[in-house]
Amino acid sequence: MLALLLILIPVATGLATFFLKQGNAAKLFSLLSSLATLGISIGAAICTDKSAKSFQAPFLTNLGSSFSLSLDGMGTILVLLTGISLVLVFISTYKNTYKDPSRYYALMLLSQAGLMGVFLATDGLLFYFFWELALIPVYFLCSGWGGERRIAVTFKFFIYTFIGSLLMLVGLIYLYVLNPGQSFSLTSLYAMKLSPDQQSVLFWLFFVAFAIKMPIWPLHTWQPDTYEQSPTSVTMILSGVMVKMGLLGVIRWVLPIFPYAVHEYGHVVIGLSVVGMIYASLVAMKQDDLKRMIAYSSIAHIGLMCAAVFSVSELGLQGVLVQLFNHGVNIIGLWIVVDAIEQKLGTRKMSELGGLAITAPSLAILLVIMSLANVALPLTNAFIGEFLMFNGLYQFSAWYMAVAGLSIILGAVYTLRMVQKVIYGDTNSLTKTMTDLSLNQKLILAGITVLIILYGVNPQPLFKMTMDTVHTVAQHI
Amino acid sequence: MSQLVYLVPMFPLIGFLINGLGRNVLPKPLVGIIGSAALLASFVVSLLIFNEVRTPGFSAVTVNLFDFIHVGKLNVPFAFQVDQLSVLFLLIITGVGFLIHVYSTSYMHDESPSSYARYFAYLNLFVFSMLLLVLGSNYVIMFIGWEGVGLCSYLLIGFWFKNADYNYAARKAFVMNRIGDLAFLIGIFWIFAQFGSVNYADVFSQARPGASAHVLTGITLLLFIGATGKSAQIPLYTWLPDAMAGPTPVSALIHAATMVTAGIYMIARSNVLYSLAPATQGVIAVIGLCTAILAASIAIQQNDIKKVLAYSTVSQLGYMFLGLGVGAYTGAVFHVMTHAFFKALLFLGAGSVIHAMGGEQDIRKMGGLRKFMPVTSITFLIGCLAIAGIFPFAGFFSKDEILSRAYAHNPVLYVIGILGALMTAFYMFRLYSLTFAGKFRGTHDQEHHLHESPAAITIPLIVLAVLSVVGGWVGIPEFMAPNAHVLSKFLEPVFANSHVAAPPGEIAASTEWALTIGSLVLIIGFCTWGYMKFKNFTLAEVKESTGLAKILENKWYVDELYDAIIVKPINWIAGFLNNVVEKLGIDGLVNGVGKLVQYGSRQIRLLQSGQVGIYVLLMVIGIVVLFVLQLFFPNLI
Amino acid sequence: MPINYYIFLAVILFCIGVVGVLTRRNAIIIFMCIELMLNAVNLLLVAFSKAHHAVAAINAGPAGTTAGTDGQMFVFFIMVVAAAEVSVGLAIIVMMYRNTHSVDVNFLNRLKH
Repeated sequence: MLALLLILIPVATGLATFFLKQGNAAKLFSLLSSLATLGISIGAAICTDKSAKSFQAPFLTNLGSSFSLSLDGMGTILVLLTGISLVLVFISTYKNTYKDPSRYYALMLLSQAGLMGVFLATDGLLFYFFWELALIPVYFLCSGWGGERRIAVTFKFFIYTFIGSLLMLVGLIYLYVLNPGQSFSLTSLYAMKLSPDQQSVLFWLFFVAFAIKMPIWPLHTWQPDTYEQSPTSVTMILSGVMVKMGLLGVIRWVLPIFPYAVHEYGHVVIGLSVVGMIYASLVAMKQDDLKRMIAYSSIAHIGLMCAAVFSVSELGLQGVLVQLFNHGVNIIGLWIVVDAIEQKLGTRKMSELGGLAITAPSLAILLVIMSLANVALPLTNAFIGEFLMFNGLYQFSAWYMAVAGLSIILGAVYTLRMVQKVIYGDTNSLTKTMTDLSLNQKLILAGITVLIILYGVNPQPLFKMTMDTVHTVAQHI
Repeated sequence: MSQLVYLVPMFPLIGFLINGLGRNVLPKPLVGIIGSAALLASFVVSLLIFNEVRTPGFSAVTVNLFDFIHVGKLNVPFAFQVDQLSVLFLLIITGVGFLIHVYSTSYMHDESPSSYARYFAYLNLFVFSMLLLVLGSNYVIMFIGWEGVGLCSYLLIGFWFKNADYNYAARKAFVMNRIGDLAFLIGIFWIFAQFGSVNYADVFSQARPGASAHVLTGITLLLFIGATGKSAQIPLYTWLPDAMAGPTPVSALIHAATMVTAGIYMIARSNVLYSLAPATQGVIAVIGLCTAILAASIAIQQNDIKKVLAYSTVSQLGYMFLGLGVGAYTGAVFHVMTHAFFKALLFLGAGSVIHAMGGEQDIRKMGGLRKFMPVTSITFLIGCLAIAGIFPFAGFFSKDEILSRAYAHNPVLYVIGILGALMTAFYMFRLYSLTFAGKFRGTHDQEHHLHESPAAITIPLIVLAVLSVVGGWVGIPEFMAPNAHVLSKFLEPVFANSHVAAPPGEIAASTEWALTIGSLVLIIGFCTWGYMKFKNFTLAEVKESTGLAKILENKWYVDELYDAIIVKPINWIAGFLNNVVEKLGIDGLVNGVGKLVQYGSRQIRLLQSGQVGIYVLLMVIGIVVLFVLQLFFPNLI
Repeated sequence: MPINYYIFLAVILFCIGVVGVLTRRNAIIIFMCIELMLNAVNLLLVAFSKAHHAVAAINAGPAGTTAGTDGQMFVFFIMVVAAAEVSVGLAIIVMMYRNTHSVDVNFLNRLKH
């Protein structure tokens, strides 16, 4: 029942928000809705009753598809992340005003519903359905509330992700045809014995779809554009939560179903990921726009996560599962700071900033903390994930790890460059006018800081939460 | 008492939190008191623990706090290890750290309250990280401290963040450290892959002679690369001189006394692995010696008081690595200790001078300060004597121990080592002479303001000066007085296994006497030369240097070399990737596909002319083609 | 008579029809050419039906006197449709002539604009 509520609440409130006339009412209503969802997801995280965490109802029965939801460790941590993210986004942007607020907030909530569905679905067709449901509101949000080049960028984003979705759909149908049980249910797919050739074809169909979403080099070019042009709150959802759809897809829908192909093509995928990490880190060094820089930095981080997934080691997988959550929280923290700067100064260009440590000390301190989490300094949460992921990658191949490790150095270069250009140095005529963060932003960032330190010092609860997913994958691989 | 070891890092952490969170409300005196008191409390606890560890028969205690990372086979407890080595470092860090905190209360007095509090918060955070580094009972905890001190060093070098150069220096320090950190991290993974654990106790008990020598060589080399980053050795040393951008007490604490010795601590801690990997030891000895010589040669031509000291730190660290390379672990740790005393003293003295000179750091514009600042002058002289290695100052004993072991290992190492020591003597007395002797060469205004520093500055100087004299007496060599080497006996349990694996070479007492006296005479000679040569220096003598002097003044052009072969190419590649590969290549390809579709449909659209005749014609052609195919290639479909 | 003759005749008629449709601009001639093609097909249908009937009737025995005559049914359908088509088509052509005083199909291009 909890599982169903996680989807129902955002869907219902989202649809209701469409009809709210007053902008402030929509804002408050959606905040309350996201708080309720967060409450339920926390409940789901502590709940130990298995039956409460799954739900089953008939849905397109003739096609062998059912409306089945279930929460495993990875699902729990991602549901939690989704719940937290929306609250963070709504509170931190509470003082921003958007045109046509009721539609804006309704789309945000619908997107959340789609995300929840993606993380919960244990039926292939349902998964596909929610996958699209999560993306479609984002197209509208980006094209309706984005920056100058929003239409072109949304179009690119749309085409890109849609190609991926279609490939996945083809894969799903092929999988369905091959399945003797004529069913889309995850358990029956896990039980399938596929020949190497079939696995290879299906693997690439699915992987390309997920790789576009993550994104993996060289399928990444939609991402910096979209992050840059979307309104920042949408970017937070996109980068904090939505890219995790791809990783979840790989861990839940690829690894256990196509073990042969994973072994066969693991090298290729890890190679691409590692190249992408270095590539994105280098490109990030040259960005002037804060959003683009963070976008490339995110590509590098996601590359590491993908590589660790395909290292198929216990440590690597565990690291990824923890990092799913940590990366989401940290990057939202970074976006909040960027949003604060952009809202107040109207620019995101590093070359026009500087000296914010003088005029906005709280912002400076919190930006430094977020940046340190971004470079995975020990005792921040990101270190735990990266340590395990690099360790897993090392077990796969020391050389890949050594090359991928260069991103640790490059990460420090571009992140500190950003810190230096934004908050250090002397103020200029623009940054003189800067004021410090507002209370809601301070509160949210302080909350994120607490999460960063808490899970950086004591990650054990996150491990316990996600351990069962690691075991499931280990059984099938 | 050793069970309460977690108190030692806890006090600075609390100090950090109070000062950090209360930076806008706490008054300045209270900030200073909190910062210093935290260190004092840690020092007292460390002393109590030392008292327990000192008793004969004490064996290492591991204090488990909680499970940090426990995944599958990897179990990393958040645990502290109390043994002779960690306690010695605890005392150095908290003791010297306390003195420097006290000194800072006065030195940083001109800062605004919030940045004053920020300074102390950073300093406390640094001490916390450093304590984690030396207390951790496994490599991961060490790594946490390792990166933590790197962070604090970054924050403190860039403390005056308005200055762009300082920020670059800070960033450079962090990035170069990260290069080492990567190697360290790979080393940890290798250790885990090899031994199935990262705890010192498990790793060292499994390291056996003969078993997989190349693996041990690989691991130890990686750890050593990590150490070259943190401890400023070739090739990663260039950040340390730039790090002098930070406030002077920071240079004393972080970039002289404690953080830069982390590499020595790490290798001394892993001595079991290193004594099983002689190849690595050879590399360490050579790199250490090269660094010692290179840095000393640069120091001769530097005119910034802090830069001279910075290069001398690099050089002294080189000696420590030489000691580690030839298996003189005790000697290296001993030198860490004495170096902490006299180098902290020299930096603090330099700070006192800079304070008096109103921020001037160029020693050519000083001179004659002896009569204005007697305490600073005398303590600085003691520091110089100690670092030059004059009997009976602290540096003599530790340096002598390293060099005599180097002699036993290979006389060539000894000869080069002595060469470096002579250079040290020369440039230190050049520094002293230019700063304190002769006539004052600064402006009239400056001369007017010259004054001895307040007690908060001079008292730490005096304490450190005393330590720089007596600090070496815990390690009187065997040939001078039998059984007087207290330190060696104290540290014996830590290094016992290595001494079994690679027994130290023996030299006859007579040889030792001869070497010691001979080198001492030479060193005194060089001290005098350095002092006399620059005693009557005037600004008129300053002229464009040429030849070797110019190369030395420009630090052998190493920074320029790195810039040309590493920084610039990477920047170029990044620019190329960003402007060409990303925008034209990948994105061009993506957009190209879109454009192709658009172009294609524009072309094909032309066929749709609305002329029925053309449609029919096309249809007929299509039918004919199908017929032809069917008739002549029946197997095609 | 071998069926080949019928086929050749039908193909020739059909080709004449196609070429006529493609090359002529006079609407009435095009119309007639279309009829020609239809009738070529009709001819074929009848011919095949006849040939097929001979075999099918033997196989089906006495009960199957109408076996294999479906093709002839189609011919009637086609003739009906063609008749309908002629009535509509000629009507269009008449209207066209009234409006343009020409039966040149290229005049109809104007509809495009």
